[in-house]
Amino acid sequence: MAVHEQAVDGSLLAVDKLTKVFGTFAACDHIDLAIKPGEIHALLGENGAGKSTLVKMLFGVLAPTSGRILWQGEPVRISSPNAARKLGIGMVFQHFSLFEALTVAENIALSMAPGISLAKISEEAATLSRSYGLPLDPKAHVADLSVGERQRIEIVRALLQNPRLIILDEPTSVLTPQEADRLFDTLAKLKAEGRSVLYISHRLEEVQRICDRATVLRHGKVTGACDPRQETPSSLARMMVGSDVAHVSAEGTSARGDVLLEARHLSAAARTPFAVSLKDVCLKVHGGEVLAIAGVAGNGQSELFDALSGEYPVADANAVQLRQKPVGTLGINARRLMGSGFVPEERHGHAAVSALPLSDNLVLARSVSDRKAFLGGGRLGIIRQDAVKRATKRICEVMDVRKSGEDPPAGSLSGGNLQKFIVGRELDRQPSVLVVNQPTWGVDAGAASRIRQALVDLAKAGSAVLVISQDLDEIFEVATEIAVINEGRLSDAYPAKDLSREKIGLLMGGMQVGKQAESLDAH
Amino acid sequence: MRIELEKRPKVSVLFSIFSPFIALALTLIAGAIMFFLLGKDPGYALYSFFIEPLTEVWSLHELAIKAGPLILIAVGLSVCYRSNNWNIGAEGQFIMGAIAGSILPVVFYEWQSPLVLPLMLLLGMLGGALFAGIPAFLKAHLNTNEILTSLMLVYVAQLFLDWLVRGPWRNPGGLNFPETRTFAADAILPEMVASGRAHWGFAFAIIAAVLIWLMMRFTLKGFEITVLGQSERAGRFAGFSSRKMIWFSMLLSGALAGLAGISEVSGAIQQLRPVISPGYGFTAIIVAFLGRLNPLGIVASGLVLALTYLGGEAAQLSLGVSDKVTRVFQGLLLFFVLSCDTLIHYKIRMVWADLTDTVKDGGAN
Repeated sequence: MAVHEQAVDGSLLAVDKLTKVFGTFAACDHIDLAIKPGEIHALLGENGAGKSTLVKMLFGVLAPTSGRILWQGEPVRISSPNAARKLGIGMVFQHFSLFEALTVAENIALSMAPGISLAKISEEAATLSRSYGLPLDPKAHVADLSVGERQRIEIVRALLQNPRLIILDEPTSVLTPQEADRLFDTLAKLKAEGRSVLYISHRLEEVQRICDRATVLRHGKVTGACDPRQETPSSLARMMVGSDVAHVSAEGTSARGDVLLEARHLSAAARTPFAVSLKDVCLKVHGGEVLAIAGVAGNGQSELFDALSGEYPVADANAVQLRQKPVGTLGINARRLMGSGFVPEERHGHAAVSALPLSDNLVLARSVSDRKAFLGGGRLGIIRQDAVKRATKRICEVMDVRKSGEDPPAGSLSGGNLQKFIVGRELDRQPSVLVVNQPTWGVDAGAASRIRQALVDLAKAGSAVLVISQDLDEIFEVATEIAVINEGRLSDAYPAKDLSREKIGLLMGGMQVGKQAESLDAH
Repeated sequence: MRIELEKRPKVSVLFSIFSPFIALALTLIAGAIMFFLLGKDPGYALYSFFIEPLTEVWSLHELAIKAGPLILIAVGLSVCYRSNNWNIGAEGQFIMGAIAGSILPVVFYEWQSPLVLPLMLLLGMLGGALFAGIPAFLKAHLNTNEILTSLMLVYVAQLFLDWLVRGPWRNPGGLNFPETRTFAADAILPEMVASGRAHWGFAFAIIAAVLIWLMMRFTLKGFEITVLGQSERAGRFAGFSSRKMIWFSMLLSGALAGLAGISEVSGAIQQLRPVISPGYGFTAIIVAFLGRLNPLGIVASGLVLALTYLGGEAAQLSLGVSDKVTRVFQGLLLFFVLSCDTLIHYKIRMVWADLTDTVKDGGAN
């Protein structure tokens, strides 16, 4: 404790034995943390480690059960986000709260006190964004902006309040490597001005690169406070997950088999004004291969998934081929019957229904493909709960899904555990083709490596696996081939070993490899 | 002190069973206070409102007659609402079912056969289903809001019935009253038991409730309804079509409302008149929600709401209070049921002292 007392002195913000209990579950359990003026402080932890709960208490969204928050040494009570802002705390959330149909300036005005003219806000925002290296056109409509630019709006919005402490929640999860570099420059500038940053992230390399100190949380407790630069990625990971993270091994990949999944000049019109149309997408995935599709969010990934899965069939039957048979016009269950499995990006309300138990969520994906096993009563279609429950149990055991109770609602599982179940639900069928969109989005390190290993193993067993991902670490871990999607167009696929991160970054920005010189400064 | 609602980690089974009873008790307490303020003896008032109608055989029959259509319609609506299709026009489907079913006894009144009644019931279901098919078509193919279209079609049905009984279908021997000819014996839905008026419509309601309950509880179709109601996207992932579900749920609820309509006309009124329903189609919406969209719960809530109708009539006679009391009780009941449902998902906690208040309010502002 004495060490902590010392750290509190001279700190901008300190928390002392901060605890938040939900029912009997302590989401944050006696957390100590001190952030000095002018430091970039990392908050590391798996999903469910208590990071969001802690941050919500700091930003006045949740009231602590016990413990103290000290601002410049004085105990304070932060009762609302407004109180936090007044104190000098700004926050950039992981999920942006922006109105797509409004302009940048209008969006910023919404978070400001009423009565300030739009022109003044535009001007201030433009000045501020220039001086921090966050170029932003106040008149642009949010719908037309990339995710990186949208994040800049959020950052500028926070900076306009002139905060002493800025909290960033997983800021780089949606950025290209180039955009992330820009963000780091901005953070360095903020630090030079004496502002503090609380930086929440999964990405160990980043934390080591930019953070001065790190606090690691696990199961709601502080498991480490360190200087990340003195640590190795694996020692940090150990503090986070409590044991060494298993390394995904892609060794011994089987030989290339037949083409099992193919898109031939696949085009699809955008279904909504804010969606992306697919333009002449061609791809081939052989048995034994993992084709990873990299790209920044919102470049046609979901649309590609919808067309490949058959959730939205396309007009041209030949545009999608499963095991060399045209399936473009067939629905998702017809494609499942041909041996394919699908894992969508969004867990809640797409891959799973949160309010329904896991067993029902198993039926969700397999009512037709496993009709014989799961349904009885002929045309009545009576669900055989015993068979479904057995299969649910089997999947949970194989994938190490941790849950409370025998068959809890999907919504009660942590992101990582639910994702393990959703992936396991497909793997349990031994699909010959698996299409996965963002397999480990928002999933903790332990679960992520478990899922990635499962994908690699499936390909090794001779299946064709297509992984759509924004996470380059993940892509290099699992892929044998890599292609990049940008504005609904897919690049050629390159063998994973021939591509560097820089090349992928350029392809993500819409440039063809080899032409980067002329367009490097275009961004 | 403040009151905190804390989300339960799991739905409370205890409270999902008891919350309607707590709500009922609270309704009675509030009702007692209301009667007291009106200067009536609360005990006697509540007795004559809720108990007296249950003590006589004839009024039990009236209860079944009123509960039958409420349950039948509400069961169909529960399927609609669970699948996220907001059919508000059951009143209109009830009327169109009654009209379609009455074609045989009114237009072809000379045809006498044991087939007449079953055909009437089928035609009634068909009429209700077809009328519900209009908002279904508009929603499925033109993306219109079914709440508006189904509601507005109620007035179309009411006026159509009005026109029929005053015009082409008016009883030629009926002294110009706006009524059709009375149904022949073959066209009348018989009484269930000899002791009173209650006809087979109540049995239809119970059978429909059990069948729909079995469907929702055990079959893939019920699962499909639940999934599409919770998330259309997850339904699409499962290969379920939300467009087909619009048709299925609207046609099913229309058919049940139509069956209720022809049963009411054939069993209780035995001819068509300008007004054949005291708002069953709208009250059934309350029945569906009081019964938590669960068909078996709907049987219970249908009986309770039928009782408030009877109690209102009884209280008017014995206490001399306005029959608006019925509306008050229906409103109170809905209010308390919805509030007590909070207990299923939340724990209520009294926080006597604010912990964060004990921290000095030093640096703030």
